[in-house]
Amino acid sequence: MAMKSERSEQHPFEGQPLAQSRRPVWLGLLTFLLIIMVWEVLARFSGWSAQIFPDPFTVVISMGQLVRDGTLLRHTVASLFRVTAGFYLAVLLGVPLGILLGRMWMARSFLNPVIQFLRPISPLAWIPLAMLWFGIGDPPAIFLIFLSSFFPMVVSTTVAVQSINPTYFQVAANFKFTRREMLTMLIIPAIVPEVVTALRLTITIAWLVVVAAEMIAVQSGLGYLILDARNALRMDYVMDGMIVIGLIGIVLDWLVRRLGNIESASWGMKSR
Amino acid sequence: MSYIQIENLTKIYMGRRSKPRSIHDPVEQSGDNILVLNNISMSFEEGEMVCVLGPSGCGKSTLLRIIAGFEKPTYGSVKVAGERVRGPSDHSIFVFQHSGLLPWLTVAENVGLALRGVDDANEKKNQIQEYIEMVELEGFEAYYPHQLSGGMQRRAELARAIAVNPNLLIMDEPFSGLDFLTHMKMREEVVNMHEFIRKTTLVVTHDIDDALIMGDRIVVLSGRPSVIKLAHKLDFPRPRDFERDHELSRLRSEIFLMLGVPYAV
Repeated sequence: MAMKSERSEQHPFEGQPLAQSRRPVWLGLLTFLLIIMVWEVLARFSGWSAQIFPDPFTVVISMGQLVRDGTLLRHTVASLFRVTAGFYLAVLLGVPLGILLGRMWMARSFLNPVIQFLRPISPLAWIPLAMLWFGIGDPPAIFLIFLSSFFPMVVSTTVAVQSINPTYFQVAANFKFTRREMLTMLIIPAIVPEVVTALRLTITIAWLVVVAAEMIAVQSGLGYLILDARNALRMDYVMDGMIVIGLIGIVLDWLVRRLGNIESASWGMKSR
Repeated sequence: MSYIQIENLTKIYMGRRSKPRSIHDPVEQSGDNILVLNNISMSFEEGEMVCVLGPSGCGKSTLLRIIAGFEKPTYGSVKVAGERVRGPSDHSIFVFQHSGLLPWLTVAENVGLALRGVDDANEKKNQIQEYIEMVELEGFEAYYPHQLSGGMQRRAELARAIAVNPNLLIMDEPFSGLDFLTHMKMREEVVNMHEFIRKTTLVVTHDIDDALIMGDRIVVLSGRPSVIKLAHKLDFPRPRDFERDHELSRLRSEIFLMLGVPYAV
């Protein structure tokens, strides 16, 4: 029953993007090396005391101490736990709310002004209230991280839903999609690329905020490590904390970016 | 009774001023309102392939979208199989000018959208395969639309549309953006497909030759606001050839003249 026609279009291009430039990692490492050298030179010849400006070697030694006695691991785990909890909470509530706002004109009219009003208020401004409401410990920190991630997630999801090609909704109407199918087969897959980008930006913000949150409300975490080290005038520990924060930031970004490489999530980059 | 009946169909796109100035003449083109279709009445028989021709921006697509139920007529009514069109339905499938394939689904999954009602997984798989083979896309089942060429995307969408087994197939400029050879081939396939399934098919096109080669009936609309300039049943045998069939050739010249390009022939 095949219709007759010659196949002229036998060569669709393969799914792989063309030569995604393999940037050599060592070029980036070279920059780090250069910075360490400048640091070393500065530490040696600036005449600042080691208390104020420790040299790289001291920082590495103290890093070794923190790793050996388990302090660093404990604080890192504490920070990661809070970020994970706050971030997941923000994603789990923010994405559905964003979908609702993107699809429902009424919900948008009611809620959008409030969201736009709350959005520019720095999560740090909430610190006093967070401490009063949630006391000391994990809850206020998680609450602050939640706040920092929630609004960007809601706004990005709303925009993503609103920018879905209207043709697809007509296809859905034409093929009699149920509400459930509309959500699982159209809206969610359509917004995945944008949501992954939003996750990437948001996890960075969450990671920024956790350090600040830990400086006030808790007795653990990398933020607390830095604050505690400052009180003890151990700038080498402060720098250790900063280094670990930076490294984990890179890892988090890498993890979320990998999400975007899943094939059914990556259609957006390729078909646009 | 005719399969599709269009009666006094008028479509006005409302501008900022939502009410016409004069209540005596609601069709008056006042303020920001744009009158797109002006009092169109026509009817098509079941199983016909109807080609709607007209200059760009004349409301051809609007007419199709109203028949498909995506838009509501301002005045008048459209009836398909005796029932007034009240919204989109899987009885009349629309094939979009720009791809209506869902880009996050593979070819097989897209075709599968049309067969969601089939419960048995094996049966469903076989049917998907059958329709994919019908448009000669076997081997590309697991490809995503963006990995296919323009012509292959159209064929996949056609397979999906036919798989629903709709009573009415509506195609909005199905060949736009295709290169010359792919266009010719696709045209042949659509004609063959229509011979095979014999479902009522509406095709909007701005290509006079396409309309004359494909259509059982041809409708020529004027520029905006659209009125019917010509509605003609084409009884010419297939395959059609302008050089052999002088009557067809004469009609072609007439339509070119009608659309304002007499020297292009």
